[in-house]
Amino acid sequence: MLEISNLDHTYGSGPGAHHALGGIDLRVTQGELVCIVGPSGCGKSTLLRSIAGLLKPTGGTITLNGTPVDRTPDDLAVVFQDYSRSLFPWMSVGDNVALPLRRKGMDRGQRRAAAEEALEQVGLAGASGKYPWQLSGGMQQRVSIARALAYRPSLLLMDEPFGSVDAQTREDLEDLTLRVRNHHNMTILLITHDIDESVYVGDRVVVLAKAPATVVGDLRVDLPGPRDQITTRENPAFVHLRAEVGRLVRGMRSHPAAAS
Amino acid sequence: MTGRSPLSSRLLCGAAGVAGLFCVMELAGRSGLIDPIVFPLASTVVSRAAALAADGEFLADVASTLGAWAAGLLIAVLVAVPTGFLLGTLPRVEAALRPVLEFLRPIPSVALIPLALLLFSDRFDMKVAVIVYAAWWPVLINTMYGLKDVDPLAKETLRSFGFGRMAVLWRVSLPSTAPFIATGVRLAAAIALILAISAELLAGGASGIGTFIIEAGGSPDALEYIIAATIWAGIIGVVSNSLFTLAERRLFHWHLARTGGTR
Amino acid sequence: MRFLRVAGRLWLVPVVLVAWEVATRTAEDIFFPPPTVIASRMHELWFSGPAQHLWLTEGALENIPTSLGRIFSGWLLAGVIGIALGIMLGRSERFSQFVDPIIQFGRAIPPPALLPLFLALFAIGTQMQVATIVFGIIWPILLNASDGARHVDRLHLETASAFGFSRGQRLMRVILPSAMPKIFAGLRLSLSLALILMVISELVGSTNGIGFQLLDAQRSYDYPGVWGSIVLLGVLGYVLNTAFLAAERRILSWHRTANQTT
Repeated sequence: MLEISNLDHTYGSGPGAHHALGGIDLRVTQGELVCIVGPSGCGKSTLLRSIAGLLKPTGGTITLNGTPVDRTPDDLAVVFQDYSRSLFPWMSVGDNVALPLRRKGMDRGQRRAAAEEALEQVGLAGASGKYPWQLSGGMQQRVSIARALAYRPSLLLMDEPFGSVDAQTREDLEDLTLRVRNHHNMTILLITHDIDESVYVGDRVVVLAKAPATVVGDLRVDLPGPRDQITTRENPAFVHLRAEVGRLVRGMRSHPAAAS
Repeated sequence: MTGRSPLSSRLLCGAAGVAGLFCVMELAGRSGLIDPIVFPLASTVVSRAAALAADGEFLADVASTLGAWAAGLLIAVLVAVPTGFLLGTLPRVEAALRPVLEFLRPIPSVALIPLALLLFSDRFDMKVAVIVYAAWWPVLINTMYGLKDVDPLAKETLRSFGFGRMAVLWRVSLPSTAPFIATGVRLAAAIALILAISAELLAGGASGIGTFIIEAGGSPDALEYIIAATIWAGIIGVVSNSLFTLAERRLFHWHLARTGGTR
Repeated sequence: MRFLRVAGRLWLVPVVLVAWEVATRTAEDIFFPPPTVIASRMHELWFSGPAQHLWLTEGALENIPTSLGRIFSGWLLAGVIGIALGIMLGRSERFSQFVDPIIQFGRAIPPPALLPLFLALFAIGTQMQVATIVFGIIWPILLNASDGARHVDRLHLETASAFGFSRGQRLMRVILPSAMPKIFAGLRLSLSLALILMVISELVGSTNGIGFQLLDAQRSYDYPGVWGSIVLLGVLGYVLNTAFLAAERRILSWHRTANQTT
């Protein structure tokens, strides 16, 4: 459903230019949850912003469901890391979730019902009248996930979605993501710098090298479901995969020549 | 792609904007869209404004307005800054006076002009008096606000080295409040000009830009004179504002760097 | 308890009033009438009307609503024009480059200097007063709106794009609310400026309004009337400012609390 070929992006020009993406090829099929890991500053966010149509890459092509991405695609939603800035503080939680649905041609009642349903799925039933800043960080991120769910996107992009919450909340949100994903059979692309998280959540882990980013590893995660924070993490296959991904991420660091 | 396009220059764009406005006004007048008798041509106004710059009588009026403005502003600062420090360092006095100040502050200062006209026989004194009253508020408020913003750690540092109250006031409170005072003075300068011209419009008789505008009303090309004089009033405003802003940047660049302010 | 606290805060007000009364009574200067005389003159001028008019006199009913009407229509007009232009300026760097000098010049003109011009263009009356008010108070609104619109959080805008907001939604749901706290700061400043310009424009050319009454009292050497008008204008300024702050607190509740918690 998502095809990225030879994606290349350079910020600026001249001697101050920054070559962020160095020819990325990636193919994601319907219903997959793909995690993208890489060292910080490797261009993960650039990749995500290109797919979301928020940024025009300087080279390569991206097609979503057969149509090339040149502006923000209709059936795509994003969950940003910085929930406090991505939710609108002047709107109630319910309005935050319901607003994007106008584009779907739903009337007021339908929008409200869809928002309620999505909030219920993330465990925030009855919170729609509150304002985002009245909720804790983890709850705010649940609201942004609900907003994305209600939108029923064919592709959900998540940019370090659990990077700004504490460890306990993080585990809850990881499980929430797995749950809603099974429920909706959505395609998800999740970007993270956390190796454990990528293996725990993903069906596939794609490892990027340092900027200019290229794909240096693409591993299938074959772990028994349903996944569980304790048992999955002590599964030898998990431990093995984690080490593998870790080596790929770190391996690039110890060989800077290979990256440049 | 490497050459800078003319559109990237603020100065050029701004000049183009002004020139564009001038041309539109001129064309509107010449094409009859706006009757030049109702509103004079842009070119007429500009040449009249240029002529005024060499007109001794008008220059005397400008000098008179600026004199009252400077005197009023200076007195206001000299009164307001010490008062602000007094109130800022004596919280009990401030608490007691606060309601009185809060009742006085909303009085629109121009409403005092008719009263001042009765109280002062000399027009210049009258002007200065109302300017002082209007200009002292922003300076006072900003001084008090700035004092609240003084870093207590800086004060404690100095006190821990055995410095007395006055030394702390002089070395920490005053310098860190200075940028706020400067902002207050800049705001006060604009208000002082408004009051000076208002007083002149109402008082008549004496000299000043406001008086010039009122008296021009009698002549056949009244509007031409009025607009030309207004342009000069605007230029004075721009110059005073930029001078104050420039001085603030020069003197208090450390403050701007700390707060990350750009304007 | 609450009463005591308020009394503790306001104790100086009656002291000042009594001192003023005593000082003016002993000095017997006709320019400085005692506060009680001012108060009774105010009562006579505005508040001694029939009960069915809420005890307002003819003079009050003729002049006070007139003045308020001028303030509010000027403020409203300046608000609408200022916010629209300001947001355009804030969102278009190019547009703002072209008109910046014109704006800097316009806001530097002391608004009373325009009175004779508007007097000539519109003749004596509400039109001329409203024109003066609009021209004088539009600048803080315009500059604040453009500043607010320029500094919309990038992530807010990206969220809007990611969810495919239309242009209208982007403007009304993202840019305008983001700029609102700044716009309100401008609107508040403008409201107090509007009061000042209402007074000066009524002093210079008017046949009714509180400013005209003030001038009338001055011309007939009615000193308590002059003082009374000034007090009335002060009360008006206080009420306008307090009402505005209360409204702002309600409307921008999200802003205050959001900034406290993050």
